[in-house]
Amino acid sequence: MTKRNRRDVFRLGAAAGATVIAGSVRGARGAAPPADNAWSNSLGHGVDGKPYGSPSPFEKSVVRRYVPWLSPTRDADASMTPLQDQPGIITSNGLFFERYHAGLPQVDPKAFRLMISGRVKRPLLLTLDQLMRYPSVSRIHFIECPANGATEWPAAQLNSLQLTHGMIGCAEWTGVLLSTLLDEAGLYSDSRWVCATGSDGAHMNRSLPMMKCLDDCMIAWGQNGEAVRPEQGYPARLVVPGWQGNVNVKWLRQIEVGPEPWMTREETSEYSELLADGTSLGFTWVMDAKSVITFPCPERPLTQGPGFYEIRGLAWSGRGKVRHVDVSLDGGVNFQRARLDHPILDKCLTRFTLPWWWDGKDALIQSRVTDETGYVQPTIVQKHRFWGADPVYGNNAIQTWQVLASGAVNNVQLS
Amino acid sequence: MLAGLALMGGQAGAAPTPPPGSPRGGNAAQHGAGIVSKTDLQVWRAEGDGNGRLGRYKPARRPGYYGIGTVPSAAQIAGWTIAVPPGGADLPSGSGTAAAGAAVYASDCAMCHGAFGEGAHDYPALAGGVGSLGGSSPERTVGSYWPYATTVWDYINRAMPFYAPHTLKPDQVYALTAYILNMNGVTRSDWVADAASVPLVRMPNRDGFDWSDPRPVTHNTACMEACVRPSSIRITSSAVTMHLTPRMTGPVDHMKSGQ
Ligand code: HEC
Repeated sequence: MTKRNRRDVFRLGAAAGATVIAGSVRGARGAAPPADNAWSNSLGHGVDGKPYGSPSPFEKSVVRRYVPWLSPTRDADASMTPLQDQPGIITSNGLFFERYHAGLPQVDPKAFRLMISGRVKRPLLLTLDQLMRYPSVSRIHFIECPANGATEWPAAQLNSLQLTHGMIGCAEWTGVLLSTLLDEAGLYSDSRWVCATGSDGAHMNRSLPMMKCLDDCMIAWGQNGEAVRPEQGYPARLVVPGWQGNVNVKWLRQIEVGPEPWMTREETSEYSELLADGTSLGFTWVMDAKSVITFPCPERPLTQGPGFYEIRGLAWSGRGKVRHVDVSLDGGVNFQRARLDHPILDKCLTRFTLPWWWDGKDALIQSRVTDETGYVQPTIVQKHRFWGADPVYGNNAIQTWQVLASGAVNNVQLS
Repeated sequence: MLAGLALMGGQAGAAPTPPPGSPRGGNAAQHGAGIVSKTDLQVWRAEGDGNGRLGRYKPARRPGYYGIGTVPSAAQIAGWTIAVPPGGADLPSGSGTAAAGAAVYASDCAMCHGAFGEGAHDYPALAGGVGSLGGSSPERTVGSYWPYATTVWDYINRAMPFYAPHTLKPDQVYALTAYILNMNGVTRSDWVADAASVPLVRMPNRDGFDWSDPRPVTHNTACMEACVRPSSIRITSSAVTMHLTPRMTGPVDHMKSGQ
């Protein structure tokens, strides 16, 4: 087809579209079906309409949200993933929860440098292009803030799945294994610890034990089909599979190696747990197994009366794979085994479902995960026994949703 | 083979081989031997080397195998190596007193942390609560909670003042460290903070932490039937009665009155 001909076809199409729109407005002959909807009788945007796509305008409500009374400033705060609108195990990049200590830095990839230094035989300075030349891996892992659910320790406080469980996201991360770079730099026998530092204003840094770094940590530059998002550490972040979100240092700029940990503010003042007797626990890195029902939930009530519904949810463990998930409809008296969707991966969200014929009566629904180590997700009462009434971190308790006869769903805690 | 790799690696193949270790990063003593308790050091070493697994670790490749990247200069390494461990490695030269710190604090810090470190506008308190941790209303501050004084220097240097992080001079950071420790009654008003003195400060809660993770500490069972008596189930709290939840549909709810 010549240029001229193609233009003619286009002109024809546009004209036809205009006619049809006029026709359907004129007609307005009742509902679709049997009538066509307006978009079935018109020409849509071309491929050049939206070079970078975005969700349907009807999904405007599906956004990250935060709890305004938690922090004095948005620059040192967290926002949550809308799990009620996440269909599968992958969190959309635009909805992945945020946690900042000094706001969101806009890192220029040309100015990005990654330094490997300290107790190594051959310190290294890499540009982004150089980092991306190293052998790479791609793996799907969740990242969860250990303060996920912190508000729910003393009581059921927030009537929302997103705000009680949304400080988690799961993505396919692509990048270089940290062991590849540590081998390249060369370790000594006392190179026992790594200090990972970000280039944000907080110069956020955490100490990590060397064996974890060599086991499965990676420096990721890819996230779900594109470059790591700025909110997640563009252009490169540390991924520490299964460990508390804070150690997955974003906007990474330095891997320093040393004989002992640095005892940074974020591993002493923060991300440590004060117990009732006045002593504290530090270095509680692993995220224990947890699960939650994502449908129904406070944001997604049962709006269509009694009948069939599919209970849906997500389960995960920082210690490995999900072995099984059990669901209770009666507040934990009896449980039924849920169906797990594949893939079931290491330190990754796993999707579960259970068919439910709702009789229209009040119900107390719960999910309980068992991971491959045999660890069983505890109740909030069991959690309180060790951690006391009002800790901050590590709330992986079984969530109870109260389904009312109206179909409304509330966050409750049970004795 | 080697030559080919060096070629692929570009400039890195030609980079000079640096002396073992690097000019920064510190040795074991500078990392806290003699300052950290023996118990804590033992725990850290076991964690760091994976209970001896590190000794058996076999690198997949020799150092420099890929030859990609350059060797940073001593000045480049020094500029970015700002983390200060309990032993004080990498503390710069300089010094400061509480009196000098009071002036910087009043102009750069008090608006958020309060004139006496009591905290303002919900920003964290920096003083108070010493001895409160085991009581009914524990207060976690630099003075009551932080195990090492080096962390005070390190954090002020890297992250404060909040709106202009890492812009203070070493003398100012030493002075602020002296001022905040003095506000907490940890050091005397004539104490001089410098690279030698800061690591030696014995913080009140130094030994208050267990750095070895005791979990799992909760032991549920995967019971399937008649797990609890139905009559024992009581709703102890319900979020719908708390009125703490922002609106979850429409534009983001900032919970500002009048919205
Ligand atoms: C604009 C407000 C603001 C100013 C000014 C400010 N800070 Fe901060 N400061 C913060 C915030 C916010 C945090 C908590 C940051 C976080 O949690 O990531 C903090 C945390 C701290 C902490 C850690 C507290 C803890 O218990 O963990 C110290 C120490 C501190 N600031 C010292 C200073 C000093 C010294 C100055 C003056 C040079 C200063 N700050 C100026 C807002 C401020």
